[in-house]
Amino acid sequence: MNKKKLYLYPLWLRIWHHVNAVLMIVLIFTGVSMQYSDPNYPLIRFDIAVDLHSTSGIFLTISYFIFLLGVLFSSIGRYYLVKTEGFFTAFARQLRYYLFGIFRGEKSPFKVTQERKFNPIQLISYNVIMHAITPFTFITGWALIFPETIVLNVYGYSGIMLTSLVHSIAGFLISIFLVIHLYVITIGPSPTANLKSMIHGYHEAIETEKTEEIEK
Amino acid sequence: MNKPSRIYCKACNRKILLLVILLISFSNAYNKDNPEDVLDPETQKCLDCHAGMRYTLTDPVTGDMASLKMYDELRIDPHLYVRAAHGGFACTDCHSLDYEIHPHPISVKFEFQYSCLDCHGGDEHFARFNFEKVEEEFNVSIHGNHYIENFSCWSCHNPHTYRLTVREGGRIVDIVAYNNSICLECHGDISHYAVLIERQLTNMLSKHEWLPNQSLHFRKVRCIDCHAAVHYDILVAHHVLPASEAVRNCVECHSTNSILMASLYKHKTVERRSRFGFFNSEITTDAYIIGANRNYYFNLASIVILGLVLLGIAIHATLRYIHYRQRK
Ligand code: HEC
Ligand code: HEC
Ligand code: HEC
Ligand code: HEC
Ligand code: HEC
Ligand code: HEC
Ligand code: HEC
Ligand code: HEM
Repeated sequence: MNKKKLYLYPLWLRIWHHVNAVLMIVLIFTGVSMQYSDPNYPLIRFDIAVDLHSTSGIFLTISYFIFLLGVLFSSIGRYYLVKTEGFFTAFARQLRYYLFGIFRGEKSPFKVTQERKFNPIQLISYNVIMHAITPFTFITGWALIFPETIVLNVYGYSGIMLTSLVHSIAGFLISIFLVIHLYVITIGPSPTANLKSMIHGYHEAIETEKTEEIEK
Repeated sequence: MNKPSRIYCKACNRKILLLVILLISFSNAYNKDNPEDVLDPETQKCLDCHAGMRYTLTDPVTGDMASLKMYDELRIDPHLYVRAAHGGFACTDCHSLDYEIHPHPISVKFEFQYSCLDCHGGDEHFARFNFEKVEEEFNVSIHGNHYIENFSCWSCHNPHTYRLTVREGGRIVDIVAYNNSICLECHGDISHYAVLIERQLTNMLSKHEWLPNQSLHFRKVRCIDCHAAVHYDILVAHHVLPASEAVRNCVECHSTNSILMASLYKHKTVERRSRFGFFNSEITTDAYIIGANRNYYFNLASIVILGLVLLGIAIHATLRYIHYRQRK
């Protein structure tokens, strides 16, 4: 047994993450409820959904900037840097592993170390979600809270409509991310190992005896 | 005890005033592009006094002249007058000929006032407006179902400025601004309200505080869309209900069966779903109403994508599980 334990998730990051996750889930449910509002089958009462959605959106924005400060100025920042050189081959290797290798008992191609927390797929998806789609969502969201900031008419369409459309699509992408994210975190030494890491902060490496046996 | 609330209300009234000014200037801006105001000479004669801030009166005996103030209430904007539904009329088509005398003699104070139906009732030419039905609806409305001195169709239909907007089908924001300015003429202005009824004017903004994005709502929907019951035979609902029966349930507008399709957007030909798959797509030029304008194709695509992702995960998980069992 050479279980290595790396402390990769500092407390603030874990707190941020769970607050963020709760907010995101509230936003997704209230958002879907508003989009599919129906007088006969109210998922969540419309005005309550609106209030919850706006409030969570405001807190999410704050939470996002806390995260951004962390990425810019704390030790976790380095995990988010993408090395362009050789990235595609690395990405392809990881993809191959997820699609085939994993069923053949291969070892994950990128070992988690103190310097490298994410494999290329995690790296790119966390970056895209956190630095592109989430800001898109809350910027359009704020615009919808202050609709007077929106250009009223674009080529015969309501500017509010276009903003809402972008907002909904971005929200949808986050929902898809969440579904995949929830599944992918079950890939580890045990299905709940990653989840536990996110609670106590220590990463449990996949280098258990079993995988090493298969290596030989 | 009363003081703080009065101070509070003063501030609110100023806010309402601002709102009114905003709405009125909005509806005025709509007219600005027509430069020519052609008035017939008879009308012009009355407007020599009734259009300006001041007028001059000459004493026929002594020949003395005085420049006097024309009170706000009695002023008529020629610009709006010529564009009004009855802008082609001479003043004395409706008003007593005695008005040609200055100062106006006492007889004018007892002039007969025409009602809309006096001229429009049973007239084939105006059948599409269905004046009879409108009157019936008005008579059961909160303004018409009991006697309020001086309250008539003219109270909302300013004889000198009223024009058609809904039927003309301009921009929704202009229609809404114009229509709402009619209601706010009283409900946002104590001096017009107090003439009719001895009651505290309630504050519109605080009474509608429950509505989020209030200013957006007030620009995008009319008061009557929430406050009046629609009638299929008329274009503009006139059955204003007691406030307790007003629409408060968001989903009545914010759903694919939006009530707005039978009211504000009634004049547009409507299909439930058309033009690039938007439900109630007629709205999308002017607004986007959460819940009412969902897009069929986007919804379909999102369900398909979500389905594929879940399927992918299910397959992946199954294969992982099989592999795990084999290894054991
Ligand atoms: C009379 C119909 C009507 C009712 C009732 C109504 N709304 Fe709206 N709502 C609209 C319209 C029209 C818009 C404007 C959409 C636009 O301009 O794109 C709107 C816009 C909104 C917006 C979007 C603001 C934005 O930034 O785009 C929210 C949020 C909203 N309404 C919430 C509510 C809530 C909550 C209620 C119930 C308390 C409610 N609405 C009741 C018609 C209505
Ligand atoms: C010389 C200036 C002058 C001219 C010209 C004039 N008016 Fe007046 N009008 C007044 C003044 C001043 C008042 C307010 C005092 C009053 O009621 O007599 C008034 C009041 C009125 C009122 C309101 C009466 C009320 O008590 O509600 C009407 C209606 C009216 N005028 C119509 C007309 C019409 C129609 C014409 C043209 C045929 C006309 N006026 C021409 C000066 C004028
Ligand atoms: C379509 C008929 C009609 C025409 C045309 C018309 N008026 Fe009037 N006018 C009325 C009615 C009705 C009232 C009373 C309004 C009310 O009771 O709210 C009125 C009221 C007035 C008042 C008093 C305003 C007030 O608020 O009490 C004045 C002044 C006036 N008219 C002047 C004129 C002048 C000047 C013209 C021509 C430029 C004119 N009117 C054309 C129907 C008309
Ligand atoms: C003195 C008679 C008279 C009275 C009173 C009167 N109208 Fe009219 N109205 C007419 C005439 C005549 C026309 C046609 C004017 C024209 O085509 O230029 C007209 C035109 C209209 C139009 C425009 C129709 C169009 O196709 O553009 C509307 C709307 C209207 N009136 C509504 C009303 C309302 C509402 C009232 C009462 C508040 C009213 N009228 C009172 C005689 C009257
Ligand atoms: C509480 C205010 C109010 C009262 C009272 C009122 N109306 Fe109206 N009416 C309106 C508004 C607002 C419109 C819409 C004007 C527009 O933008 O075209 C309208 C429109 C109309 C139209 C034109 C509808 C169309 O088909 O285009 C007619 C006709 C009309 N009213 C007749 C009347 C008659 C007759 C009375 C009295 C029995 C009356 N109204 C009383 C507010 C009122
Ligand atoms: C000429 C002034 C005037 C205009 C214009 C006017 N109102 Fe009113 N409104 C009143 C008065 C006065 C009352 C009080 C009636 C009563 O209770 O006796 C009232 C009452 C109401 C009420 C009932 C309030 C309650 O406590 O139940 C509603 C709702 C209302 N108005 C809506 C409207 C709408 C919507 C419009 C525009 C289409 C409008 N009003 C235009 C004067 C006006
Ligand atoms: C989204 C729907 C909606 C719109 C738009 C709306 N109202 Fe209301 N309004 C209501 C409801 C619901 C109430 C009852 C509120 C309460 O009792 O607390 C109300 C209350 C009122 C009252 C009664 C206030 C009192 O004394 O209790 C008046 C008058 C009124 N509205 C006028 C207007 C006017 C004028 C406009 C347009 C500028 C307007 N409303 C727009 C829904 C609406
Ligand atoms: C849409 C909402 C969510 C977003 C945007 C999100 C985003 C992220 C991000 C950016 C990380 C990397 C953090 C870091 O180590 O720097 C991460 C890790 C993780 N998340 Fe989430 N998350 C969400 C929801 C959830 C939920 C609901 C759960 C669990 C119930 C969860 C479980 C985990 C776990 C276990 C990790 C660690 C695994 C790893 O490092 O890849 N997440 N998440």
